[in-house]
Amino acid sequence: MFKRKDLLGIQELSREEICFILDTAESFKEVLTRPIKKVPTLRGKTVINLFHEPSTRTRVSFEIAGKRLSADTINISPSASSLTKGESLKDMAKTLEAMNPDIIVIRHPIPGAPHFLAQKAKFAVINAGDGAHEHPTQALLDLLTIREHKGKIEGLKVAIVGDIIHSRVARSDIFALVKMGAAVKVVGPPTLIPPLIEKLGVVVEYNLERGIADCDVIILLRIQLERQNRLFFPSIREYSRLYGLTLAKLSKAQKDVLIMHPGPINRGIEIDPQVADAPFSLILDQVTNGLAVRMALLYLILGGES
Amino acid sequence: MKIIIQGGRVVDPANQTDGLFDVLIEDGKIKAVGKNLPVGQDVRLIDARGLLVTPGLIDMHVHLREPGREDKETIATGCAAAAAGGVTSLACMPNTSPVNDNKSVTEFILRRSREVDLVGVYPIGAISKGLRGEEMAEMAEIWEAGAVACSDDGRPVMNALLMRRALEYARLFDFPLISHCEDLNLSADGVVNEGYISTLTGLKGIPAAAEEVMVARDLLLAKMTKGRLHIAHVSTATSCALIRQAKQEGVQVTAEATPHHFSLTEDLVANFDPNTKVNPPLRTQADRQAVIEALADGTIDAIASDHAPHTLAEKEQEYDLAPFGIVGLETLLSVSLTNLYHTRKLDLLTLIAKLTVNPAKILNLPAGTLSVGSAADICLIDPEKRIVVDASRFYSKGRNTPFHGQELKGCVVMTLRAGRVVFPRDTAEAVAGER
Repeated sequence: MFKRKDLLGIQELSREEICFILDTAESFKEVLTRPIKKVPTLRGKTVINLFHEPSTRTRVSFEIAGKRLSADTINISPSASSLTKGESLKDMAKTLEAMNPDIIVIRHPIPGAPHFLAQKAKFAVINAGDGAHEHPTQALLDLLTIREHKGKIEGLKVAIVGDIIHSRVARSDIFALVKMGAAVKVVGPPTLIPPLIEKLGVVVEYNLERGIADCDVIILLRIQLERQNRLFFPSIREYSRLYGLTLAKLSKAQKDVLIMHPGPINRGIEIDPQVADAPFSLILDQVTNGLAVRMALLYLILGGES
Repeated sequence: MKIIIQGGRVVDPANQTDGLFDVLIEDGKIKAVGKNLPVGQDVRLIDARGLLVTPGLIDMHVHLREPGREDKETIATGCAAAAAGGVTSLACMPNTSPVNDNKSVTEFILRRSREVDLVGVYPIGAISKGLRGEEMAEMAEIWEAGAVACSDDGRPVMNALLMRRALEYARLFDFPLISHCEDLNLSADGVVNEGYISTLTGLKGIPAAAEEVMVARDLLLAKMTKGRLHIAHVSTATSCALIRQAKQEGVQVTAEATPHHFSLTEDLVANFDPNTKVNPPLRTQADRQAVIEALADGTIDAIASDHAPHTLAEKEQEYDLAPFGIVGLETLLSVSLTNLYHTRKLDLLTLIAKLTVNPAKILNLPAGTLSVGSAADICLIDPEKRIVVDASRFYSKGRNTPFHGQELKGCVVMTLRAGRVVFPRDTAEAVAGER
C-alpha cells in the first residue's frame, strides 16, 4: 500500500511500500507497449514540473508519464520563472498553490528543498532530485530494472562506482538496495567517498577491480567534469584511468554482470563505449523503466484511491 | 531609593558566596549583603524566597545588527532581549554595516545604548579594516572610544601574519583578541558538520578540523606573542583538548562555549530546519560532551550566546540559502540551567561564574559581582520553574532558534540594572519604545 502525500526520499519508505510501487510500475509497463499509449486515469489532474536545474531525461520522463495518464503537465524552469526575479521558494509555493495544482515535481540544487516545499503547501510533492541528497524515482527505476533482469534484488552484490559524495543517485540507491537486501559496495577515490558512509550499511572499496569483483550489478555514476577544480582528483585523465569501466576490467565481475548508469554518460571517461553499448548494459532499459515508475507514482499519489 | 531583595539564595561567584542572604541596594549600588538586613523607611521589598539572586549576567558574544541591519535587530530590541534574559551587560560584535572598525561606529553604539538605557553595552571592534582580513584596524582609536576587545567574528583572520601582529599590537591595551576559528579553505561551502549527517542529507560538510587547525594556529601565535587570545564558540572535542593543553603551558588564552553547542547535536539537522544552521555547526554527541567537560574543568571560561538574529524571510529558505545564526539572549540562562545544572554537570557557583565574573574578567568589565559598592546589576532566577520556549514572545526581533517549543527548567524572574528593574516591563511601553 502507498498512502503518502509526497514522495520525498527512499530513506523513509518501507520495503513493503517499495515493492508495491515496483509492482504497480510493472503493470504500467504494459500500457507503454500499446498502440495508443494513453489512459484516462488522471484526467483533470495537474502536474507541474518545477525544475531548478537542467534536466532532460527526468523532466521529459515525468512529462510523458503525466501525459500518458491524461494529466495536464506544465513545465517551469528557473530561467523562465519568477525565481529569477528574486521570488523565494516559499512565495512561489504559495503562488502555485493558489492555482490549485495536484502535484509539483521538483528538481532543486539544494538538499531539503522538496521537504521545504511539501511543508509549505497542500499539493503533493515528488522529489526529482535535491542536491546531493536523494533522487528517489531514479532508485526505484534502478530497482525495477535489476528485478526484471535478475528476478530478485535480495542477495545480489551491487557496486556503485564513482563520485559518491556528490551523488543523490548513490544515496537513494544505497537506501533502496540495502532495504531490499542487496550487498552494496561503494567504489571510488577516497576524496569522493563521504565520511561514515559505512553506517548506511555499505562497504567501501577504493580499488575498482577489487570493488567490482564478483558483482552482479555495477552502477556507474557520472563524473562531473568541474570537480577536478575543487581538488577532488588531479585530472579527468587520471580519474578515467583508475575508475573508467572497460571490458578488460569487467572480466573480474560475474559472467552475467549488468551495467547501469543514471545518465547522461561521459563516453570514454567513466564508461568505455564498448561497455556502454554492450548487450549487458541496461542504460536504455533504465530510461524506459523510469517512465513506468513515474506513471506508477503519479497514479499512486493522485489517483490511487479512485 | 532603597531596595531590599529578601530571603533569596545569593550565588555570587566573585565572592564565593552561596547562601540565604538579603541584598540591600541604595542609589543603584550594592550597599550590603547579609542576614536579616533591617527594613527601614522608604524601602522597596522584593521577595526572593525560593529564588536565586545572582549578579546580572554578562553575555560576551552578541550581534546587535545596528547600525545597518535594523530589520534583524536594533540596539533597543537587542537590549530588551538581554534584559529579559537576565543579561545586564553585553559585548556586541563589529560585523555591522558599517563595520565597527573606527571610533565613530563605536561611539554611535555607545550613544544609542545610553539612550536605550536598559543594559550595559560594550562594543567589540574589528581586528582588520572592514573585516577584510588584510590590514589592521586602528585598534588604539577603537579602544580609546570604549571598545573592550577586537574580533573579526563571523570571519576568521585567515592571514597568520596579520593575526600575529594583531595579538602583539593588542598587548598595548591589555585587550583580548576574540578569534572566530575557521579555516575557510577547509570549510569551503559547508553548511553542517561533516560527518554522518552530511553524508545522510547531502548537505555540504564543515569538518571539525576547519575549526581545530585555526585554534591550534592561534594558540601557537598567542604563545609566541604573549598576546591575550579568547577563542569564541568552541565546538569540537579536539579544540577543547588543544585549549586545555595550552592553558597548562601558560598561554594567555580564554574560551567560551554557546548553549546550542553544549545542548544540541547535528542530529537535529536531519529535518532540514534552517534554524539549526549555525557557524560553527552543531557537532556530534562526543563533541557536545567534550564541551561540557571543558566547561566543568575550567578549560572553557565563559558561556556566551552568540545571539545572531535574522529575519524570518532570510531563515525561511532552502538550507543552503539561509544565513548562519541562532538567537540566544532570551534562552541563555534557561538552556544553561537545564543542560548543565539540572544534569549535575556544573554546580551553581561554577555555572554562574561562567555567566558573570569570568566574562567580566576577560573583558575587564566593571560588572559580574555583588560586592559592596558595585553597580546593582542583579538577576533573580527561579531555578525549578518549567517553561516552554516560545520564540514569538521574544523581545528580540529574531525568531531563529532551534529551542522553540522545547521545555526548559529554570528561568529569569527579574532583572535589575543599576538598581532599576529592567525586566519584567510593561509590554505596551516596550512595544512603543523599541520597534
